[in-house]
Amino acid sequence: MRQEERNRGGGAAAIGVSDLRVRRGGHEILHDLGFGVAAGRVTGLLGPSGCGKTTLMRAIVGVQIVESGRIEVLGRPAGAAELRSRIGYVTQAPSVYRDLSVRENLRYFARVLGVPRGRIEEAIETVALGEQADQVVSSLSGGQSARVSLATALLGEPEVLVLDEPTVGLDPVLRRDLWGTFRSLAAEGTTLLVSSHVMDEAEHCDELLLMREGDLLAASSPRALRERTGRERLDEAFLALIEAGEGPA
Amino acid sequence: MSARITWATALRVLTQLRRDPRTIALLLGVPPFLLALLKGAFDQDPESFQRVGGPLVGLFPFTTMFVVTSITMLRERTTGTLERLMSLPLAKLDLLFGYGIAFALVAVVQASVTSAVAFGLLGLDVVGSTAAVVALAVGNALLGMSLGLFVSAFARTEFQAVQFMPAIVFPQLLLCGLFVARDKMAGVLQAASDAMPLTYAFEALQSVTTMGSLGSRGALDVSVIAGATLLFLALGAATLRRRTP
Repeated sequence: MRQEERNRGGGAAAIGVSDLRVRRGGHEILHDLGFGVAAGRVTGLLGPSGCGKTTLMRAIVGVQIVESGRIEVLGRPAGAAELRSRIGYVTQAPSVYRDLSVRENLRYFARVLGVPRGRIEEAIETVALGEQADQVVSSLSGGQSARVSLATALLGEPEVLVLDEPTVGLDPVLRRDLWGTFRSLAAEGTTLLVSSHVMDEAEHCDELLLMREGDLLAASSPRALRERTGRERLDEAFLALIEAGEGPA
Repeated sequence: MSARITWATALRVLTQLRRDPRTIALLLGVPPFLLALLKGAFDQDPESFQRVGGPLVGLFPFTTMFVVTSITMLRERTTGTLERLMSLPLAKLDLLFGYGIAFALVAVVQASVTSAVAFGLLGLDVVGSTAAVVALAVGNALLGMSLGLFVSAFARTEFQAVQFMPAIVFPQLLLCGLFVARDKMAGVLQAASDAMPLTYAFEALQSVTTMGSLGSRGALDVSVIAGATLLFLALGAATLRRRTP
């Protein structure tokens, strides 16, 4: 039932942002951003480190104090209590208990979310940590810890997944597998917003949001971006946009 | 609030502790060790050992839970797990009560071991029941936990959190009447100790260990301990923010 509803809603905006302004420590980090994120698609949020990607994601999840503007997620204002079980958020630094094992972490968050125990093993399998399931997180590598954090967000099968640099520092095979996972989640109707500072990741996305210094340079599909700039490589297309000094698309 | 989430949090905190056997050994071993030292130090003055030792059994959990909680909470803040929890369907009280249950259970074990050693091996006498001492110890542990939870919001690093121990716990220990009777202190300090929750915790323990009951001020002592615990819990809850700058 829920699945059907999701598919029917495909293409509509799952996230809507308008006139968003955020200040942190006296500096304006985001300047009047406005865009929509389509439901059931993989949207890449790309831009160099420090351009405001994390701040934007925090605002969408509802943990960031914003100066002004509107953010709606699944038709509700960002941060609304009923959204807490419908959005999954993975921070850039793994936010899990380092002194617990992989399975103990997932067991705790599964209990908090009230999801059946079976989801724990499924989530472990999705992030390919079966062999490390009983290892304490502090004994895992950085990439493995990041996957524990990701598995935690997958537990509740949220309708919207906000992932901050989920593939940084991962082995290329694993990175490819994870993008496969993201694609199949989207095919099942999940909306994904995935940030990265590496332009080759843009290839895996249906839609792109290109950011620079707190502004949105473009919001388009990879193909439309190529056509508009006449560049085949997306990093060159990004550069062309910056040089052309184009405003928000 | 949800009983399921509260209980899950208590279990999680206990599992984290179980993963750290050295901390458990210190939690259980240090109080009896310090009491044994005290007995030796008061070798020529067993009366003073009797006066100070009994109440100390119930005061140890206050100091240990204060430190343990403030560090654990600080870690939740710095590793991002608190932010994750605040973005999940978890009530702030689920988190605070979960901590409360876990550390109260630890306090029961700690106070039982300490009183078994103190009243069994070290020859300390208690006029009241040892169960009353353990019960007061658990109350004091919760007081220390709630205070630690609250002050952890003001520490950015573990170095700072550890320094809150001498800054916030030591003055209360010095002025609560354990070292010097309160009516012999300078007037200002006596007034200051009236405002410190540990003063009432000590008074209750002293009554139970020397008179066998909570005495005439028992109701006041117990209500101040409970009231201060609730006050610090409420203040602690106010420091847990769903949205941060």
